[in-house]
Amino acid sequence: MRLTQGCFSYLPDLTEADIRTQVQYCIDKGWAVNIEFSDDPHPRNTFWEMWGLPMFDIKDAAAVMLELNACCKVHGDSYIRVSGFDSSHGWESVRISFLVDRPKNEPGFRLIRTEGAGRMVRYSVQSMTAVAE
Amino acid sequence: MEAPESMVAIGVDAAGIDLRRELADTHVAEVLDLLDNELVGLAPVKTRIRQIAALLLVDRVRRRMGLASETPTLHMSFTGNPGTGKTTVALRMAEILHKLGYVRRGHLVSVTRDDLVGQYIGHTAPKTREVIKKAMGGVLFIDEAYYLYRPENERDYGQEAIEILLQVMENQRDDLVVIFAGYAERMERFFRSNPGFRSRIAHHIDFPDYTDKELMAIAEKMLAAQNYRFDAAGAKAFRDYIVARRKQPHFANARSIRNALDRMRLRQANRHFEHPGLVSLEDLMTIDAADVRASRVFEIDQEQDKR
Repeated sequence: MRLTQGCFSYLPDLTEADIRTQVQYCIDKGWAVNIEFSDDPHPRNTFWEMWGLPMFDIKDAAAVMLELNACCKVHGDSYIRVSGFDSSHGWESVRISFLVDRPKNEPGFRLIRTEGAGRMVRYSVQSMTAVAE
Repeated sequence: MEAPESMVAIGVDAAGIDLRRELADTHVAEVLDLLDNELVGLAPVKTRIRQIAALLLVDRVRRRMGLASETPTLHMSFTGNPGTGKTTVALRMAEILHKLGYVRRGHLVSVTRDDLVGQYIGHTAPKTREVIKKAMGGVLFIDEAYYLYRPENERDYGQEAIEILLQVMENQRDDLVVIFAGYAERMERFFRSNPGFRSRIAHHIDFPDYTDKELMAIAEKMLAAQNYRFDAAGAKAFRDYIVARRKQPHFANARSIRNALDRMRLRQANRHFEHPGLVSLEDLMTIDAADVRASRVFEIDQEQDKR
């Protein structure tokens, strides 16, 4: 199952040039660019792990690409996303976030059915990448 | 035969390409003129930079025509005594490279050993990488670069920074231009012990010391920028000051001049303060002989003469 989430989720995977352009856009806007990776891409999972520190003092996308390539080398079998954090007053939140790399085969999610008191049933969704490990 | 598309795009005809127009399009000439007007002396440096700019401009045209393919090596080394304008020229160089399209942003990140080399094992690589990331798309200016290499201590972390730098200089020539700066003699030793750098640096530029006359011109320029000026006696005194200062240790060309002027402004302010009565606008602007002559440099100079 091909996972889609964040910005550009309706587009085919971004090429390196696309990513570079988007990252440069973030930098030009003055946003801090972050690289995050996770094996649990559940849409409600906000706690992705960060690759290095937020990059807020760089001028050129080449620096992010350098880090991104390093991250892909180490975490090639994880989902990797790039986000831009706007620290300006009134925003103070992530303005853009998009997937840049995904595992080769994506097992998708599985449905977990929990029976409760009476005949109540609760459903939850669990990422299979996280389960595989 | 039809001309290739790229040639049509920039309007090549039988007469050839107008390099003058090309120069005007990039606005590099403005930076070069600024360099000429802003900096006193440094004739050999200015000539070299003009040559480099011309080479890069021609290279750019050639690249568009499909005649050259690779990005030229642009890493440079600026050697010269302190206060000879290396940082200022590096700043202009970044601008020139940006206007010619060889660096994407054209900012200058100026660092020394402390910014690159860490305190403990494993600290250096991330630190160096942070700096390199910051400089991406611009120019990385490493002042007193020879401190990176300390042959007397084989466990020095500087070596690690050097290796990372070399790697980036080679693999990311499109993203980053590195300028090494420092005293000529020690830089020479640095390059000799790190042959990797020498082969990766395309342009060595030597900054000569300023002559007394040039230093005087610099002083007047600095004062004018702050709305001060010498009176006739003051100017003469300052000329003597330059001669005397040069003989003393730690003479740092234009930087010494700037520091001297700061102290003279201090004395001028004090003089007016202690003097009862009103001061005129003229007084506030003028640095006279007394302000200059009170300098300790003259005392030391006389002592030396006696001996």
